[in-house]
Amino acid sequence: MTQIPEILKRADVLAAQTGQSLSTISRKLMNDGKGLSRLKSGGQCTLKTLNAMLSILDQLEKSAGISTPSHIITDANLLPPTSLTHLQRLEAESIHIMREVAAQCENPVMLYSVGKDSSVMLHLAQKAFFPSKPPFPFLHVDTGWKFKEMIRFRDQRAKDLGMKLLVHMNPEGLADGVGPFSHGSAVHTDIMKTQGLKQALNKYKFDAAFGGARRDEEKSRAKERVFSFRNAQHRWDPKNQRPELWNIYNTRVAKGESMRVFPLSNWTELDIWQYIYKENIAIPDLYLAAKRPVVERDGVLIMVDDDRMEIGPDEVVEEKMVRFRTLGCYPLTGAVESEAATLPEIIQEMLLTTTSERQGRVIDNDGGASMEDKKQEGYF
Amino acid sequence: MAHHDDLIAQDILAYLDVQENKSFLRFITCGSVDDGKSTLIGRLLYDSKLIYEDQLESIERDSKKFGTQGEGIDFALLVDGLAAEREQGITIDVAYRFFSTDKRKFIVADTPGHEQYTRNMATGASTADVAILLIDARHGVQVQTRRHSIIASLLGIKHIVVAINKMDLVDFSQSTFNKIEEEYRAFAQELDFANITCIPMSALNGDNIIDKSENTPWYQGQSLMRFLETVDVSEDETKGNFRLPVQWVNRPNLDFRGFSGTIASGQIKPGDEIIAIPSGKRSHVKAIVTMDGDLESAQKHQAITLTLTDEIDISRGDMICGVDNPSAQSDQFLSKLLWMSDKPLLPGRTYLMKTTNKTIPVTVTDLKHKINVNDFSHEAGKTLALNEVGVCNLSLDQAIAFDPYKENRNTGSFILIDRHSNETVGMGLLDFSLRRASNVVWQELEIGQAERANQKRQKPALLWFTGLSGSGKSTIANLVEKKLFDMGHHTYILDGDNVRHGLNKDLGFTEADRVENIRRVGEVAKLMTDAGLIVLASFISPFRAERQMARRLIDEGRFIEIFIDTSLATAEKRDVKGLYAKARRGEIKNFTGIDSEYQAPKNPELRIATESMTADEAAEKIVSYLSDQGLLRARASADNWQI
Repeated sequence: MTQIPEILKRADVLAAQTGQSLSTISRKLMNDGKGLSRLKSGGQCTLKTLNAMLSILDQLEKSAGISTPSHIITDANLLPPTSLTHLQRLEAESIHIMREVAAQCENPVMLYSVGKDSSVMLHLAQKAFFPSKPPFPFLHVDTGWKFKEMIRFRDQRAKDLGMKLLVHMNPEGLADGVGPFSHGSAVHTDIMKTQGLKQALNKYKFDAAFGGARRDEEKSRAKERVFSFRNAQHRWDPKNQRPELWNIYNTRVAKGESMRVFPLSNWTELDIWQYIYKENIAIPDLYLAAKRPVVERDGVLIMVDDDRMEIGPDEVVEEKMVRFRTLGCYPLTGAVESEAATLPEIIQEMLLTTTSERQGRVIDNDGGASMEDKKQEGYF
Repeated sequence: MAHHDDLIAQDILAYLDVQENKSFLRFITCGSVDDGKSTLIGRLLYDSKLIYEDQLESIERDSKKFGTQGEGIDFALLVDGLAAEREQGITIDVAYRFFSTDKRKFIVADTPGHEQYTRNMATGASTADVAILLIDARHGVQVQTRRHSIIASLLGIKHIVVAINKMDLVDFSQSTFNKIEEEYRAFAQELDFANITCIPMSALNGDNIIDKSENTPWYQGQSLMRFLETVDVSEDETKGNFRLPVQWVNRPNLDFRGFSGTIASGQIKPGDEIIAIPSGKRSHVKAIVTMDGDLESAQKHQAITLTLTDEIDISRGDMICGVDNPSAQSDQFLSKLLWMSDKPLLPGRTYLMKTTNKTIPVTVTDLKHKINVNDFSHEAGKTLALNEVGVCNLSLDQAIAFDPYKENRNTGSFILIDRHSNETVGMGLLDFSLRRASNVVWQELEIGQAERANQKRQKPALLWFTGLSGSGKSTIANLVEKKLFDMGHHTYILDGDNVRHGLNKDLGFTEADRVENIRRVGEVAKLMTDAGLIVLASFISPFRAERQMARRLIDEGRFIEIFIDTSLATAEKRDVKGLYAKARRGEIKNFTGIDSEYQAPKNPELRIATESMTADEAAEKIVSYLSDQGLLRARASADNWQI
């Protein structure tokens, strides 16, 4: 056993380096405070103990900085040349999720909200099934208050790609003239968005609906599964979610129940922009800065998109260079003043900004758990 | 926010390029309740300046409302996103957070500590490369610490950081740290971690989180962030056996048939030969089709569509493998199981097993033992309750392609689903198949017919004796077996006597039953030749179709049809058993030659005319034939077969 003197020597060095007593080292190595001193005075140990000691000694030396651990790489900021990049991994993960739905769910649909996340999702769906077309329709829940540019862009995309687009607007809400100005953001969002969505899902009996939500957007979204189960009332039970292991997704639902599926769960806002840039994905011009007529209302810049917006006596419509970080109903979507007119400039601005993207959304600030409440009710 | 990189302002495109080529790491925080997991992540985000102003504002507001830190910021509120979590100050479900430093991008899953929510911890752990296990320095290693370690180890996490937290509450005592480190390392010896790194810290105050703390001058190792930035979790994604679990068959039109899926391991190129499991059919890769054009190669993690040069039948649930080391397949497994439902596991009940690409009914046939999470001892048990880990036998309705979990995380894992509630009730890892001949492709390393026959130093064959009742089949077959046996061969005789009394005692002599009789005999004979035996089947077997069926079961050249040709008149004259007389009197129905047809073989390997030779001569003729065909050892020099 020529290794024993070596171990004793290394233990001494370790003790000196870390300022620990030899009996402490001995306990760590052998689970016995007197073990090392027994070895010093000529004691023996089994080969198994010896090997165990050597392995622990290695680890202790590494964490004490005496030797460079093999699991530590000095240039960790570079990917090994054979590895996929982060974006490639995210892309593959999303495609895997979409194919799983196509293979396992009877009647899936992809929610298409015209925004940047939807644009990425649509692009990924085309990739996932190429050369086939995505084997499901797309659904836009229109509230009647979306930016005109969004509707134009939506119809153009549907035409260009030959996608099957379903548009649903809550007919009762429409008949009652529900809108954000007359009914407030909470009522409008509930009736036109949440109820409208539920109506559409019930009408077509979809058993799975893709949404473009990301976990980095909001703290209750950060808790949601990729395959998020909804009961027959479309409710989410955040305290009782199905475990989700590896990339094996439980897609099973009973009649009337459904899945919300989030293929972009692990993407961040930067990932989305970077991917749009890299893949040259079409997005509405509203994301790019341009001169647009806006009114400042409650500290938020609201674009005057049509004449349904009444301008108060103290309000002034100004032409400002603005753009939007998220898109939704125009009266509920704050613009930011910006000069960023190209994608790299947008990304640059986003990286340097100090507020999160949902900050421009009027509906999120109602209370801490607001999004969670809406999600429980069936909001996406 | 924290993107404090001058490159952003100066050269955004260069910055994006750097971002794109950054390495990334997925990790989890786990450990017992109140050990400070959420606080740690909040601290990581806060100290890395990754929190937006509006988020911080709302956290400050909430800290005053629900916070556990008085007027200070409660970092846990950054991650505990559910209302119930914020009210109760606990983590219920796993939360995913994203951040990056100038070295790496990170996805962190903050997992709950309560035992009740262990399954949510497993959810986070299943996709992580590194686990940070928090231990409250005041309490040391807890049951939940051990449980989480075992689950992390089961799920294949190789790197573990033991974050000995709340060191500020024990005056940054080195001896406390040492004691916990010793206890943990002693416990973890049984686990499958590649390395364990212990760090003393205070998540609340930021000690050893980003920078080394002055409060622990005795600690020589890295800060947590430094560790996370430098731990090597990379693998060569081009290495390993190629596996493509087929997820979806891509058929846009009649001219295109592609197989879509995410590569579970290895690499593939056009022209590579592949084998589909379970069919065992082979073909070559024609193209790797993507919307961006065909690829020159694809590797692990990529979601691709393959087209093949041949039209072979492949569907969802199949596995496309490289020909060198294809997946095995089986329907019987030994497996580890973590139970995740309030309702206990019931051995014998049918659940649904979902693997990476297939869903099949499965039964736990035997719960071998439970694993005690405190000391790894094996405990007997009839069921598994919530959060218990056990080892069990599984029986599937059909065979699946698989690899042991230790070899392949993607093709050796599964979940169990309750058939009625559709809930995910368990997760498991396939250890190995309980069947030996599990591989349809007869890999060299598997035990197959050739190996078994070699062990017996013989060539397996099926000698099929056909002829009328009383023609002398059994007599001759017995003599042949005796000669073969004397030569040292391993043999077995199947005849009406040993089959009709057991295996086929439910069958009569109608045409349908005769067909089934021969079908079963053929299958049994096939298994026996598979075991390496020389089988002698002695049956009237009057119909050509059934003899043909038996022939098709056996490799070419190994099926020897021996027609024992005796005329009806001679056979009836012999009438050893008095059966012809009975048949003539009408006491036996469907008697071959009397009121049921005998279809004589047209091209038997051997024809034995019993009226012109003795039984012994007949047997000698058969043995000579076998010898001439190279099926037997040379009689004079049996030593040639010695290994």
